[in-house]
Amino acid sequence: MKALSENRKAALLSILILVVGCLIWEASIPAQKAVGELTEYELLTGGGQPKAGVPPPSQVLVKAWEQLSNPFYDAGPNDKGIGIQIGYSIYRVLTGYLLAAAVAIPLGFLIGMSSVAYKALNPFIQVLRPISPLAWMPLALFVIQDSEMSAIFVIFICSIWPMLINTAFGVAGVREDWVNVARTHELGPFKTAFTVILPAAAPTIVTGMRISIGIAWLVIVAAEMLVGGTGIGYYVWNEWNNLDLTSVIFSILMIGVVGMLLDSLFGLLQRTVAYTE
Amino acid sequence: MAKPFLSIEQLTQRYPDGQGGEFTVFENASFGIEKGEFVCILGHSGCGKSTIMNILAGLAEPTSGVVKMDGQHVSGPSLDRGVVFQNYSLLPWLTALKNVTFGVSARFPAWSKEKVIEHSTAFLAKVGLTGDAIHRKPSQLSGGMRQRVSIARAFANEPKLLLLDEPFGALDALTRGTIQDELIKVWSDTDQTVFMITHDIDEAILLADRILLMTNGPMAQVAESVEITIPRPRNRTTIVEHPNYYAIRNHLVHFLGQRSEDLSGQPGDGVSRPETVRIDLTDAQESEEPEPAAPILRAVEG
Ligand SMILES: Nc1ncnc2c1ncn2[C@@H]1O[C@H](COP(=O)(O)OP(=O)(O)O)[C@@H](O)[C@H]1O
Ligand SMILES: [Mg+2]
Repeated sequence: MKALSENRKAALLSILILVVGCLIWEASIPAQKAVGELTEYELLTGGGQPKAGVPPPSQVLVKAWEQLSNPFYDAGPNDKGIGIQIGYSIYRVLTGYLLAAAVAIPLGFLIGMSSVAYKALNPFIQVLRPISPLAWMPLALFVIQDSEMSAIFVIFICSIWPMLINTAFGVAGVREDWVNVARTHELGPFKTAFTVILPAAAPTIVTGMRISIGIAWLVIVAAEMLVGGTGIGYYVWNEWNNLDLTSVIFSILMIGVVGMLLDSLFGLLQRTVAYTE
Repeated sequence: MAKPFLSIEQLTQRYPDGQGGEFTVFENASFGIEKGEFVCILGHSGCGKSTIMNILAGLAEPTSGVVKMDGQHVSGPSLDRGVVFQNYSLLPWLTALKNVTFGVSARFPAWSKEKVIEHSTAFLAKVGLTGDAIHRKPSQLSGGMRQRVSIARAFANEPKLLLLDEPFGALDALTRGTIQDELIKVWSDTDQTVFMITHDIDEAILLADRILLMTNGPMAQVAESVEITIPRPRNRTTIVEHPNYYAIRNHLVHFLGQRSEDLSGQPGDGVSRPETVRIDLTDAQESEEPEPAAPILRAVEG
């Protein structure tokens, strides 16, 4: 009963903060316009037009309604629905991410099982891991010669590290007793890997996967701003160039919502593989 | 004399002592176990009991010496030797039942799923686990229930030799008593050979046909093999009334309290078999005298 009422209180408070925040935002917009004179910057960027100022939340809401009621329209390269843009981004993120998982998880297993492999690969990991994924972009563009593939590569390279390190860490940390259970039951190496080591290390591995998907979603926006063409990152940048701040704010919110959904998907996965000793 | 079912021959284990040298846990330990026998090994902490058990299980290699079961060299773990670890070693992501079926389906790969489940459920029932409890994960079970699952898993696999490392060490006295009874019940139903480590004298007397006594380490030895001359079925409340009970108990207490220390550190002479001790006050003749060298005696049948 108490927990429920606490949750309810929190929910009410959240709504209150949202409403008050929006009201303050809404109220502060006319005051801004009342200054009358435009700054030099606003003049230069054509700030005199109605679209130029920071839009009030009501306008963003209208925009959201407009966009979300028809998310998949396609009216040429610079005018696609938000759904299409997000779809492109998710496609790139998932492709790069799944490729990274396909490499990181087996490799992490190897590193976790063999201290020789760990010692041999550790220097490479330590040097490659701190590199900002976007730093790979010029090289990727040059080598791959394709902006789409380059973006996917950047996602690949940024999401591989947390998965690799967590897999290795999780596998190395599997309790010897459990491995001994596998040994006394004469399980072969593959059976041991799948029925004992994988479930034992799964919570750590999935934590790595969750961190990776978060990073991948952060990076895709920046990557798409660079490579252009399609995607939510490109969309934000394009709307900024159009000085359509309402769309910019709306797409920022959408980036947040999609990121949250991706994260909670992995949260769900995390809960299914969790166990208590 | 015929070779026993399980024979441990001149087993030596040395470990590096961390200062460049090495220390000897035990040297030239030799003893045998007969088929169907229940043998407990008693000794102070650190004398090398777990080390012996891990070697018998095939989980560790001795520095030298051999273990033979049914005349075959033991090397590496095998389904013929089941292990109940001190800390239960259940897989925490599987339910109690699945922990048992995990073992059973490894042991009997040809069995159908239904048969595996039926067999596993039967063994869980033997140790008093039925109904809802078998579908719970180990973390939702009490320590006693977990150990029951672990025992069921080992017995369900019907190994030729069952190894138990202080299986009741972490349990309270009441639970320990119940599970001891269950262990004896399952054991007498299945006629398995059991080798069990314990540090509880009363538990050893209640359960064992024979108790092996180890001196303190380093250079520990299996010094004596004490026959438990109390007929089965034994009962924890009436066993103390048997005339041999306190005689045996005193002998064990004396060994662990005094002689394990006095005898420790003596290097083995290569054929150091444990001295057989038979204490039987119901026997009119010379009781409490160690019998002359007959290293392995058959279990006393009740
Ligand atoms: N892997 C190991 N490396 C070094 N020393 C060990 C190792 N395993 C056990 N020992 C040592 O061997 C001795 C016997 O250990 P153990 O067999 O666990 O004793 P017990 O089970 O009788 O309490 C102890 O002194 C312990 O420290
Ligand atoms: Mg031990």
